Amino acid sequence: MFALRASRNVLKSRPVFARGLASTAEAPKVPAPRIKKFGIYRWNPDTPEKKPELKEYEVDLSQCGPMVLDALIKIKNEQDPTLTFRRSCREGICGSCAMNIEGRNTLACLCRINPDIAKEEKIYPLPHMFVVRDLVPDLTQFYKQYKSIEPYLQRDEVPADGKENLQSIADRRKLDGLYECILCACCSTSCPSYWWNQQEYLGPAVLMQAYRWMIDSRDEATAKRQQMLENSMSLYRCHTIMNCARTCPKGLNPGLAIAKIKRSMAFV
Amino acid sequence: MIRTIAQQSFRVARPSLRQGPLAAYRCLQTQTTTPAEALDILNKQRALRPTSPHLDIYQPQLTWYLSGLHRVTGVALGGALYALLCAYAAGPALGIHIDSTTLAHTFAAVPLVAKLPLKALVAFPFTFHAFNGVRHLVWDFTKELTVKGVYRTGYTVLGLSVLSAAVLAFI
Repeated sequence: MFALRASRNVLKSRPVFARGLASTAEAPKVPAPRIKKFGIYRWNPDTPEKKPELKEYEVDLSQCGPMVLDALIKIKNEQDPTLTFRRSCREGICGSCAMNIEGRNTLACLCRINPDIAKEEKIYPLPHMFVVRDLVPDLTQFYKQYKSIEPYLQRDEVPADGKENLQSIADRRKLDGLYECILCACCSTSCPSYWWNQQEYLGPAVLMQAYRWMIDSRDEATAKRQQMLENSMSLYRCHTIMNCARTCPKGLNPGLAIAKIKRSMAFV
Repeated sequence: MIRTIAQQSFRVARPSLRQGPLAAYRCLQTQTTTPAEALDILNKQRALRPTSPHLDIYQPQLTWYLSGLHRVTGVALGGALYALLCAYAAGPALGIHIDSTTLAHTFAAVPLVAKLPLKALVAFPFTFHAFNGVRHLVWDFTKELTVKGVYRTGYTVLGLSVLSAAVLAFI
């Protein structure tokens, strides 16, 4: 026993003495396989005449990470390298892997695989978007809309000392719950209003950012920002359905932000 | 990189693995395109892109179901009102009598078993649309606009409208 303890102490300081005692290694436990079916939306731009289909894959959950993104990567690595999806940070900060999983828009990297293996997990791209390929939607229009609200600080004067635009702690606190948005488009593409009026209605994600700049104490273009939304389509296609807040993978509330814009424009 | 090549070798060049490591490189032909050609390909693809599925695959949730119900009941109530008014106005010209007395007499002749569901069928859209309208007014003051608030008020509106519709049906 002493020898073992001594050898362990040595191990900490000098890894050269890797093992002081001979022992028989236990056979590694192989967990029982748990096969889960995944139905994944497939469409290939090279064969556009073939209709989009739900292709079925089987994944052994005992050999797979806990998140849906793990399963997707496992399928792509081991079964079908043609499966296409966006992913990057795998920790819910880049917003790339936004998709519709079991009927709900969310980030594949933050969504656990439903452990019920009797149920097939269906994965679609973000709803009512043009599909580039498989799970990759075309977000061009979404980004254009974001650009249209001029999402940057606008003011006439720069601070006298030439440094930062200062803000009180209370004013800074107003931006909490707004600035965390990663623009994954989960909320906008969950909104039926956005489905039917995508060309003109800005959608929850973009409107929440519009509000984020309106209430920023350092920004001086609030009146102009409100003026841009003063028409029947850009803002007022929001009918407070609230799918946006229900689906946001970051737990934000775009519906509330839109209601606050509407209130600020009604009671000037 | 090594992993990719290894997998490619497994996938593409599996039969020739014995020929040595060089056989592991994949034989893929690539085409070079000018920016104009690339844009042309992109535009051709864009024209054919399908729209991803939406209404029929989205999870049933209280949020959008109640919103849909609000719109459906609104259209139904409005439509029914217009239909009745138009019929009333055009009645004399067409020889149909749609006045309160005739309607009351016709309805009185309906058996009780049919009366109740018929009345409930008219009452529920009205009560639901009215209570949900109040819910929208509360929301317009930015109150109860959280996921919890939406569900709390949603179930309250559903309960109130079913109850009041039942009361109206039994009157």
